[in-house]
Order: sequence, then structure tokens, then C-alpha cells
Amino acid sequence: MLAEKKSNLILNIIFAIMFVVTVFPILLTISISLTDSRAIMDHGYSIWPETFSTEAYRYIFKTPETILRAYAVTIFVTVVGATLSTLIISLYSYALSRKDFKGRKVLTFYVFITMLFNGGTVAWYIVCTSLYHLSNTVWSMILPYLMNTWYIIIMRTFFQTSVPVSIIESGKLDGAGEWRIFFELVIPIAVPGIATIALFQTLNYWNDWWLPIMFIVKPELYNLQFLLQRMMQNIQQLNENAKYMANASEQLMNVPTDGARMALCIVAMGPILIVYPFFQKYFIQGLTIGSIKG
Amino acid sequence: MRVKSKTKQTVIKNKRISAEKIKSQLPLFMMTLPGIIITFMFAYMPMFGIILAFKKINLRQGIFGSDWYGLKNFSYLFKSNDAYIMIRNTICYNLTFIVVGAVLGVALAIGLSILRNKRTSKVFQTVFIMPHFLSMIIVSYLVLAFLNMENGFLNRVITMVFGGDPVNWYVEPKWWPFILIFVNFWKEMGFGSIIYLSAISGIDMQLYEAASIDGASGWQKIWHITLPMLKTIVCIQIILGVGSLFGGDFGLFYQVPMDSGALSEVTTTIPVYVYKNITAGGPRALGLASATSFIQSVTGCALVIFANAVVRKLDSDSSLF
Repeated sequence: MLAEKKSNLILNIIFAIMFVVTVFPILLTISISLTDSRAIMDHGYSIWPETFSTEAYRYIFKTPETILRAYAVTIFVTVVGATLSTLIISLYSYALSRKDFKGRKVLTFYVFITMLFNGGTVAWYIVCTSLYHLSNTVWSMILPYLMNTWYIIIMRTFFQTSVPVSIIESGKLDGAGEWRIFFELVIPIAVPGIATIALFQTLNYWNDWWLPIMFIVKPELYNLQFLLQRMMQNIQQLNENAKYMANASEQLMNVPTDGARMALCIVAMGPILIVYPFFQKYFIQGLTIGSIKG
Repeated sequence: MRVKSKTKQTVIKNKRISAEKIKSQLPLFMMTLPGIIITFMFAYMPMFGIILAFKKINLRQGIFGSDWYGLKNFSYLFKSNDAYIMIRNTICYNLTFIVVGAVLGVALAIGLSILRNKRTSKVFQTVFIMPHFLSMIIVSYLVLAFLNMENGFLNRVITMVFGGDPVNWYVEPKWWPFILIFVNFWKEMGFGSIIYLSAISGIDMQLYEAASIDGASGWQKIWHITLPMLKTIVCIQIILGVGSLFGGDFGLFYQVPMDSGALSEVTTTIPVYVYKNITAGGPRALGLASATSFIQSVTGCALVIFANAVVRKLDSDSSLF
């Protein structure tokens, strides 16, 4: 069904306004990061750099170790985490999608329960730290996100609707084992679904700050998001303490400028903004097939 | 005699079949094993920890070693003023997010689906979904670009365009309910509409054509065809949303206000309170945190089951389980 001409025009105007509201904050941030620091002091932030300057980017890459390290941590966690979790989730949900698998009822229930009930953050934190000793390890930023009930449900439905039973049967007749059937026959058909989960998990790992905020103290294990968070918190504290400290002005001199902060923010979100449009079509397709109630 | 041997044979046969069956089931079971282990480690083990709410937590003694403490953690919690504030905040914000979110999500999906130009519709959709993929840390920086006291965009507009006085946003609680609600929908509205949009694209076009022949207007078609078809999916979303009524997004309430103490009256929700008490450490703070966690888990679970029961009673097709 399509809108009549007049309502179509009104809708377009509303959406155009929403478009601007959505994009404006990001453009503003980019503009700040590209504005000369003196221009910011004189005129404040504006949507177009009054005096164009790449000084902020040069500043943050002047001592690149911290940022490059944080990038390395983020990339390692994202690649390992997204790969492992996509594999684990796909395997689990594929088994659940098989009607002839005896454990499917119990194992569906097993993950479904975790969606309804959990032990709470305190218990989770204590188990992770005092039982698994995850504090200050890179694994603390990977292991807790490996399973996800929501994705299991989406993928199970996806396998059920897109992989014909006859293909599995024919594989069995040819004498292929379950693992070979999965890797050689099922995965090629299920690429859109698997790619959706992989993309979501990539973004989840890339954007994560919750696990570092809980488990990471060592600066060399900071990921990008956590680095941003720590930086903001330090500036906040410096500003608050400035009144009471004798050498405050000296310390404040070393604080990154507004532009440098925003530049770091752009550096952290850049890859997502660039990659996102290419994947968007893919994941909508995957979600659409996977989320039909089944 | 003969009968006996026959049954013996079938028993053996059955045994062989079941052995084969186990053998054929084994690979599928092995596929689920990593998932079983991870879920056990990070979801089931902490479930035992729910008893922490009734213990005097001592990190060195662990979950089971700590001494029982009765309901003291809860009585401390409810003696403080914190309990009222955070429960009020959590419920009010999340209720707004669930109800307004469903309305906005459905409205946006319908709007996008009836745009005449499909290409612009796709572009709008792409842009509206995008903020979902930004982390709350990034969002907190974007918000700071507007609300910074000295240089922020909003203060600049207030002083230069309207000639008003700059507002020190991060110490003025009265604005923050609006700011947080706006930020939430700015970030999640587009993503929330995907599921409705895909449901709309599954509706049989013939229904609309038949309605047109009967002379139905656009609004009537939306009211009598689109909305009823979306009922099930809206119900499922609401059931799932109700589970977070006592929880919800931690980042929105912690990162976006920059953890500003002056705002805590309107930004302290249950997850924020729990986090702050965990980082504060010490048996007292951990006790308060675990009592709060307990309330969050138990009410969350009860609410989902309750919401599902209500929906099932009204319309059995729309329930989640």
C-alpha cells in the first residue's frame, strides 16, 4: 500500500527532519574535531569549522602508542570473539533446528531460561572474578558474550526455514558425517543468517565497554571504547579538583583539547560508519527470515 | 520357550538400535557442547549466586562460604532513600521506553512502508538504524558536543540566537528526563522499527487491494489491516520489554550524564546503583548491590511470565510461550 500524494509529501518532510536530527550530532562532532582549538575557544562548537585544522588528529597521533594499543586490543577481541561466538551460536542453533535431534527440547529450554532469569550483576561479577579469575585478562572481554539466546532463536528459525531437510538426507545417503554435512552443505546455504550474527557480534565486541569497565584495570588492556571513557572521566575529575589543587592549571594544560577528544571519538566510530551501509541490507534480510515466529 | 527367545531377540535388536541412535545423536550433541558449557559458566553459575542477597558477602569466602545474613541487606536497602528513587526512576523511564517505543516503532515502520519512492525509503531506513550501532560512550561524546557548558552547541544557540544565559547542563537535573528519553529514541527508534517493517512486508497485498475496491481510505487500511496484522509482534516485543522494567540500559543512565553526581536524583536507575555499589566494594555496598540485583532478577522474571499469561489469555496466538 502506498500513501496518497499529499500524505506522501508530509511523510517525506517529517522523515527529512528526522534524517537531519539523526545525522547532525555526528557531523557536529566531525566538525569540532577539525576546528582549530583557538576558534573553538572564541566561538564555541559549530557545524562548520570556522578555522579548519587537523591539529587535533596530529595531537592524538603524536604519541600513538596508547591509541594503537587500544586499537590492537579492540581488533583482537572483535576478531576472536566474533569468530568464536558465530561458530558456537551457529552450531548450537543448527542442532536445535534438526527435528531428529533428541535433545532439542531440553536444550532450547536450557538457553531460553537464561532469557527469563539471571543471577544478577553481583553474582555474575563474583563468579567471573573469584572463580574464573578473569580480571585483567583479554579473555574477560571475550568469553562472557560468546552465547546469546536471542541470536540462537533467530538462527534456529533461520536454519529451519532456509535449509531443506532433503539436503541433509542426501548428505547422509552419501555417507557424510554430521560435521561434514554442517560445514559443506548447510553453511553455504545459511550464509545470510550466519553473516547477520557475525555482523552483530562484531559490532557488539567493537562497541563494548561494559566488560572492560567491570574487569580491566591495567592500561595496556584498554580497548578503544574504554580508553574514551577513561579519558572523559579523568578530565571530569581534573576539572572538579582544579579548585583545590595548587598545580591544577599546569595539569589542565596537558588535558587533550575538545577537538582532540572528539577526534578520538571519530577514530573509534569511524570504522563502523564506513562498514555499516554495506552490511545493512544483509542483516535486514537475515533478521527478516530469522524472526518469523517459529 | 519359543516366545521367550523371541522377546530376547527383540531386546537385543532394540539395544543395537538404541546404541546406533546414540551414535547418530552424538555429533549433534557435540555441536551444542561449547554452547552448553559457556551458558553454564556465565548464566547458570551466577544463578546460584542469587543467594548472595541473603548473605554477608565476604569476597575471600566466596558465594557459599559467606555467612548468612537474613534479610538485613534488604532492610538496609529500604531504610535508605535510594531504594525509592532508583525504583521510581527505573520504572518510569522503562515504561516510557516500552510504550512510546512500540508506538513510535510501529508508526515509523508504517510511514517507511507507504513512502512512494522505495529508494528514499531505504535511505531513510539506513540512516535511522545507524545510531543503534554506536556505543553509549560515543553517544555520550555526541551529547557532550551539545551540552558542554562553555562551548556546547546548545548554549551557543541559547546565547547567540536567543540572547539567554548559558545553562550548566550537567548539574541541572530538571532537563535530564527529557534529554535521556530523547537520546534513547534517537538511538533505538530506527532499529526498533525493523521488526515491524519486516512484518508489514509480509502482509498479503491482496488485502489492501480488496479494501481499495471496497472504497477504504488510507487511514482505514492502516487501522483495519496493518495494525491488526502487527498485533502479535507488538505483543511479543512488549512481553520482552517488560522483562527490563526493573533493569534496562546501564550506559544510557551512567555514560550519557557523565556519571555527574548532581544529576543522580534523576539518573540513578537499578543497574547504575548496582554498578556503583560493586565498584564501591566492601561487604555493606556489595550487600546493597546484591539485594537490588535480587529484586531486579526476580521481578524481571515474574513480570515476563505475568505479561505472557495476560497476553495468552487475551489472544493465545500472540503470546511468546
